[in-house]
Amino acid sequence: MSDTQNFVEIRNARKSYGYIEVLKDISLNVERGQIVAIIGPSGSGKSTLLRAINDLDPLTGGEVWLDGVQVNKTLPHRQYEKHINQMREHVGMVFQHFNLFPHLTVRENVTMAPRLLKGISKEEADQLAEEQLRHVGLLDRIDYYPSRLSGGQKQRCAIARALAMKPKLMLFDEATSALDPELVEEVNLVMKKLAEEHMTMIIVTHEMDFAASVCDRVLFMDQGYVVEEGPPEVVFKNPKEERTRAFLRKHLGANK
Amino acid sequence: MDFELMLRIYPFFLKAAVVTIELSVLTTILGLVCGALGTAARLSRHWYLRAIGAAYVSVIRGTPALIQLFLLYFGGPQIGIQLDAFEAGVIGLGVNIGAYMTETMRGSIIAIDKGQTEAARTLGLSRFQAFRKVVLPQALRLMIRPLGVNINALIKGTALVAAISVVELTYTAQRYIGSTYKPFEMFLLSGLLYMVIIYVTGKGISYLDRKVRLT
Repeated sequence: MSDTQNFVEIRNARKSYGYIEVLKDISLNVERGQIVAIIGPSGSGKSTLLRAINDLDPLTGGEVWLDGVQVNKTLPHRQYEKHINQMREHVGMVFQHFNLFPHLTVRENVTMAPRLLKGISKEEADQLAEEQLRHVGLLDRIDYYPSRLSGGQKQRCAIARALAMKPKLMLFDEATSALDPELVEEVNLVMKKLAEEHMTMIIVTHEMDFAASVCDRVLFMDQGYVVEEGPPEVVFKNPKEERTRAFLRKHLGANK
Repeated sequence: MDFELMLRIYPFFLKAAVVTIELSVLTTILGLVCGALGTAARLSRHWYLRAIGAAYVSVIRGTPALIQLFLLYFGGPQIGIQLDAFEAGVIGLGVNIGAYMTETMRGSIIAIDKGQTEAARTLGLSRFQAFRKVVLPQALRLMIRPLGVNINALIKGTALVAAISVVELTYTAQRYIGSTYKPFEMFLLSGLLYMVIIYVTGKGISYLDRKVRLT
């Protein structure tokens, strides 16, 4: 597999719940180091698409490839579980509602998976936690429980937790949608920092300004289709499709 | 009311209370084991295990505990199960309360937000690892109080084994009525001792709950 081409490749993704089709034949290629934003109205299938990449929401048709390996390949149950767990170690995910582990401290949230899956020692784990938490500016909260953190701090902790597995790809599922407006910026800053470090990222977001400022490419989805796709300058400033224009009118208006 | 009689006779009731406590402890242990197995079955990936778990819960909760005890103790020998009254009491009550505990434990586990499992799985944890490291520690904290309710019911439920003549608190009261002709005093005495056991157990549960509660 070549290094730069098609680091993430989605081929003809389909997903339906019963008769309702939420993804209708979607294909998407992401190069290593690229940052792609997925925008669109709620119910358009953008979260489903994102969650298909690490098989949280398995596709009903089509293929997902990551770095030359098919993620959703057909295997007997046990083998598939093993395969998917290994794949997921390389794919970090950040959720809208943080999903921090409330019974563990910030440090333990960050180190649980590496300790369990990579068998690192306690000293190495502590070092890893400090390194990752410094990176997101949360070192001073290392021994706090999540309940004592603000929303922004929680999300930064969740990002550190995902990064501690040293993923090749990061998925953000509306990472700032549940935050108070004044806390959005601190999370955006961390994501920008990741962008500068050339982390490959796929970001589902409602924040058009942020998408425009960090992304290499923007996908506009509606009703299970990719309606429009291109560099942010084009999609935001000069969209070709009427549906994109209507969405942006509503959204850019609402954001200001 | 005959206080003097009560004072004279209460040491015999204390002995009976020890039997009630033994019954309660053993029944709790067996109930927790049955509850854990029942929960594992009900939450299994395999439909036949789920069916077995569901059948266990609905059969046990759908019939009187007294019938279950009679079936085991009086009906058992007919199908080759020979148990003395105490054994039959523990097994009957333990399997019975296990069905209620199954529902308690299952409820606490499914009450944990799905996002917790998702977050653990996206980090690469297996189904089992996610359960053991993320879901279970939270569910255990959640189930202490409702399990306490089950245990409270179980302690009072041990009175049923008087019907298969296990010499515990209720049976002892009945026995001394025969010689004293004072049912009011005798039942009052055993009732008071049940209350003490329940009170102490309740305090213990509350303490445990407070100790592990997430702030």
